Amino acid sequence: MATKLSIDGKEISASEGETLIDVAADNGVYIPSLCYMRGRPCLGTCRVCSVVVNGSIMPACTVRISGDMVVEVAKPEVADMRKALVEANFSEGNHNCPSCEKSGRCELQAVAYEVEMVVSRFPYRFPERERDQAARLIFLERDRCIFCQRCVEFVRDRETGRKIFSIHGRGTHARIDIDVELADRMPPEQAREAAEMCPVGCIIEKGRGYNDPIGKRKFDIRSIRERALEEDNK
Amino acid sequence: MSHRGKDEVLSHHLPRTAMDPAVMAVRDEKIHVAMIGLCGCWGCTLSFLDMDENLLKLLEKVTITRASFTDVKRIPRRAAIGFVEGGVANEENIETLEHFRENCDVLISVGACAVWGGVPAMRNLVPLEDCLREAYVDSPTRPLQQAPTIPYHEDIPRITTKVYPLHEVVQIDYFIPGCPPDGQTIFKVLDDLVHGRKFSIPAHINRFD
Repeated sequence: MATKLSIDGKEISASEGETLIDVAADNGVYIPSLCYMRGRPCLGTCRVCSVVVNGSIMPACTVRISGDMVVEVAKPEVADMRKALVEANFSEGNHNCPSCEKSGRCELQAVAYEVEMVVSRFPYRFPERERDQAARLIFLERDRCIFCQRCVEFVRDRETGRKIFSIHGRGTHARIDIDVELADRMPPEQAREAAEMCPVGCIIEKGRGYNDPIGKRKFDIRSIRERALEEDNK
Repeated sequence: MSHRGKDEVLSHHLPRTAMDPAVMAVRDEKIHVAMIGLCGCWGCTLSFLDMDENLLKLLEKVTITRASFTDVKRIPRRAAIGFVEGGVANEENIETLEHFRENCDVLISVGACAVWGGVPAMRNLVPLEDCLREAYVDSPTRPLQQAPTIPYHEDIPRITTKVYPLHEVVQIDYFIPGCPPDGQTIFKVLDDLVHGRKFSIPAHINRFD
């Protein structure tokens, strides 16, 4: 059913039940996100798409449109909150962009530019998390994982539907894990899909890195904002 | 450093040719900028030169005092802007950074090393002992005729256990990320500061690599 809502004071028509982050993008309002992938079920893990809906802060990927919503995206307090969430990711892992294979095609980096981050307001923690190179086609740089769970939910064994990736442990002990036996059954295109789905440089394809020169990389050519607004599925 | 011998002569103690008073008078009226590199590669300072012709525009308003470009090794008088690249990795870095903080109105952290530690901070994942052992004792390129030695002398600044971003040591006013930042980004920040404009670094010129 068609309904109306307002985003930052602009009146918008949408259908009830649509996802707020998609409706915003279709109407030219970019809301940054690290875990949400258009067309796939919402994960709601990163919280970077937090906006104000009828006075309460909630992630725009979890909100379904219903009658007469008042949404605030640009409000300075909530914009700063989104920026803080992005900064926290940089503090909690080791995001060494100058030496990372994913630089230039990394969603965390691209989103950080969009929220105009220059430094993290939280102390950099330099965690030690062992990398895993056991799988045939990919390796895991665990200290770059932001626990978005895209790989956990969306990368599954094609025969059995079993999960290939999982999160092991809780809190500061949490780490991304891989079922090597299942991972080695992935055809190369699925391994590439997993690496490309990873919004950071955690899942890396073996033998691939720094392929495109600076200036010609994914987000050098078109920013993450342009891709989101043009419904390019990032 | 505090261990200097009484016979030691430092370069800034040496006599120098007096500057033309007219040139000095013009420079004195400009905004003073002091620059230094701590634990980094001087790439950000080179990026400063990538401002190209914008550098000339900037130099109408500012004069560069202490910097590797001018070969001036002391801040001659209080500077309006301090441009610091590199992170903090030894005691001399701390001393220099504190000196800059005391003698500059505004301090800018420039480049990945200054902002969060950068490439030198990759050693934060390894105990210092292992790091030094790998570099000097077990290094495949150490001189084979000599007993393996970790350099230690009172003239060599003591290395810190971890590499620190500048803002964890002193108050920093502005940040320009990048490894190195583009000349145009450095120009935007300095130009906005010199003209007293409020600014941010927009997405299209911000970069972390």
